[in-house]
Amino acid sequence: MSDSRSDSRSDSRSESRSDSRSESRSDSTSDDGGAAGAPVAAPVARPPSAMERLSDRGFTGATRILTWGVVALAGYIVWEIGGHALPAIREYGTGFLTGTEWDANRQQFGILAQIWGTVYSSLLALLMAGFVGLTIAIFLTQGFLPRTLETTFRYIVELLAAVPSVVYGLWGIHVVIPLLRPVAEWLHAGFSWIPFFSTTLSGPGMFPAALVLAIMILPTVAAVSQDALTAVPHKMKEAVYGIGATRWEAIVKVIVPAASTSIFGAMVLGLGRALGETMALAMLVGNSNQITLSLFSPANTLAAALALNFPEAGRIETQALMYSAVVLLAITLIVNVIGAAIVARATKRLEA
Amino acid sequence: MSQYRNFLFLLACCAVVSCGGSGEQVRLTGSGASFPYPIYSTWFKHYSRASDGVIIDYQAKGSGAGIRDFINRTVDFAGSDAAMTDEEIAEVDGGVILLPITAGEIVVAYNLPGVSASLRLPRTVYPDIFLARITRWDDPAIAAANPGIDLPDLPITVVRRADSSGTTYVFSKHLGAISEAWLDGPGVGKTVAWPDTDKIVAAPKNDGVTATIMQTPGAIGYIEHGYAKFADVPMAELENREGAFVAPGSGGGRAALQSAEIPKDMRVWVTDPPTADAYPIVTYTWLLVRREHDDSGKAQALVDLLEYCLTEGQQIAEDMGYVPLPAHVVDRARAALTAIQ
Repeated sequence: MSDSRSDSRSDSRSESRSDSRSESRSDSTSDDGGAAGAPVAAPVARPPSAMERLSDRGFTGATRILTWGVVALAGYIVWEIGGHALPAIREYGTGFLTGTEWDANRQQFGILAQIWGTVYSSLLALLMAGFVGLTIAIFLTQGFLPRTLETTFRYIVELLAAVPSVVYGLWGIHVVIPLLRPVAEWLHAGFSWIPFFSTTLSGPGMFPAALVLAIMILPTVAAVSQDALTAVPHKMKEAVYGIGATRWEAIVKVIVPAASTSIFGAMVLGLGRALGETMALAMLVGNSNQITLSLFSPANTLAAALALNFPEAGRIETQALMYSAVVLLAITLIVNVIGAAIVARATKRLEA
Repeated sequence: MSQYRNFLFLLACCAVVSCGGSGEQVRLTGSGASFPYPIYSTWFKHYSRASDGVIIDYQAKGSGAGIRDFINRTVDFAGSDAAMTDEEIAEVDGGVILLPITAGEIVVAYNLPGVSASLRLPRTVYPDIFLARITRWDDPAIAAANPGIDLPDLPITVVRRADSSGTTYVFSKHLGAISEAWLDGPGVGKTVAWPDTDKIVAAPKNDGVTATIMQTPGAIGYIEHGYAKFADVPMAELENREGAFVAPGSGGGRAALQSAEIPKDMRVWVTDPPTADAYPIVTYTWLLVRREHDDSGKAQALVDLLEYCLTEGQQIAEDMGYVPLPAHVVDRARAALTAIQ
């Protein structure tokens, strides 16, 4: 039933499309004919040939198959990982989520420290990238610069996304950590009563990792925020200026609040990226199962632990790793769905 | 699988035709330990150049992964720092030969700004450093062993391997042999349960640990000798069982290997050598090959290659930061080659 309906729909669509095509063709033949001096009487419209009908239908079919293929692939990945994780889920249950020890020899697995590290590093990165990204977005969309410069800067910010993760990691080890060391020592010496500065920097740690992570998610946050700010209707801006607001008042009190939902969505998308980042973090975070607020202490993240432990893991450890992969998947999925939903709602509201 | 093989065969035919029939190409693939990778790649390059049409690929993805590939028959040979366990050997159909092919020292490297003399670490001290019981460089226990050195007032940051590794296995095995507290605490394994402190950080692979030590004042960590040598990181002189302090790379490795008897299956660990001039942390690394091969060309190429590694190849070991095999081990390994069919 539904098949026949969709067929007839696609038929009518293909007919109308081929109509316009044959029209344009007849135009061009008459032009040609005029030039050659021998006009040909071409029909204005004709039913689509069997070939056209077939290719149209084939195209619709192919797009449908590929679209569902992507969905099926995502489903298959979840199913496969879940299937491999199932023995560990049964064996360790929720204790897995609250334990802090990862010892493959005694087969004790817990990922609370990794979850903490993943969330804490991502939020720290988001705090930094959010602030800088929004500032960049305002600067590049509110007419502070000539158009050409705006586009150039936009490209440069987006280029940050093209730098491979491992390059960020190396840069972090060789440049960021040595740069941060004196700052960290000064902060620890003077403000060690603040929990964030309670330990000395032991080389790799949360702060350098979060800082590099912030630079990595900056393009996402900046690009989506720029789109959000550009989407604010021009009428609204003119109205604000019309009632005598200054430029800053217009930006801070009207334009940014109007785009705030989309900007919030940009943050959530950036957070989603930060949660899954692997290589740079594996090189910078210190990979030690610590749960502490201190910025200078080493920590661990789910993605880094997965990448580092998989190659040599035995059967039981592989299952445990699959379980942590499921947890990571769930965290990123939730964050991304929330982000996408917020952006969708914001777009709808602005269009209305 | 058979399609894949056909495809390979086709490729091989094309290669032969395009070379004008200059002899059959043999491709050997291997994977496993990263610890001996620098010397393996040099050997394989030299051998490929000298032989007619033998191509060797080796992927340094870790001992455990290499063993798994070997059991699944996706590679012709594998490299392992931890040899193979009995269960793993039982899983190989067609039988396996474990060949000690080279040996290496694991060094304790450190980063102490302002200290140029080589540090001496007694065997009561370095396990405690890695257990995070000694946490500062100016600790009296370290100072007592290094009277001439002005030790800085710095916290000790231990750098360990973040990934599962043969280097950790050998190092933890040695610490377990000399320290009760280590054996009862972290234990022995390719990954161990390190003490829970923010002064122990982990970095991926030998090069990651080396880089982190070099970037962190007050850091100490264990790496393979070759990596430390080429990165020019200072290495500690360690006290051996006889009470002598031995620096790595000074013939102490060879003395340590001499002290160990080789059993029939050639799995031997030099956890705590008893000779006075021996460097304490030395290990063999093994190449795993199957006893029976379907392809006689491959088997012959493999035997030739191993023969080269065991004889001529040993001469470059010293320069590459490895320890050449003692003569009796070379003889045993060469004798074992005859079993490959």
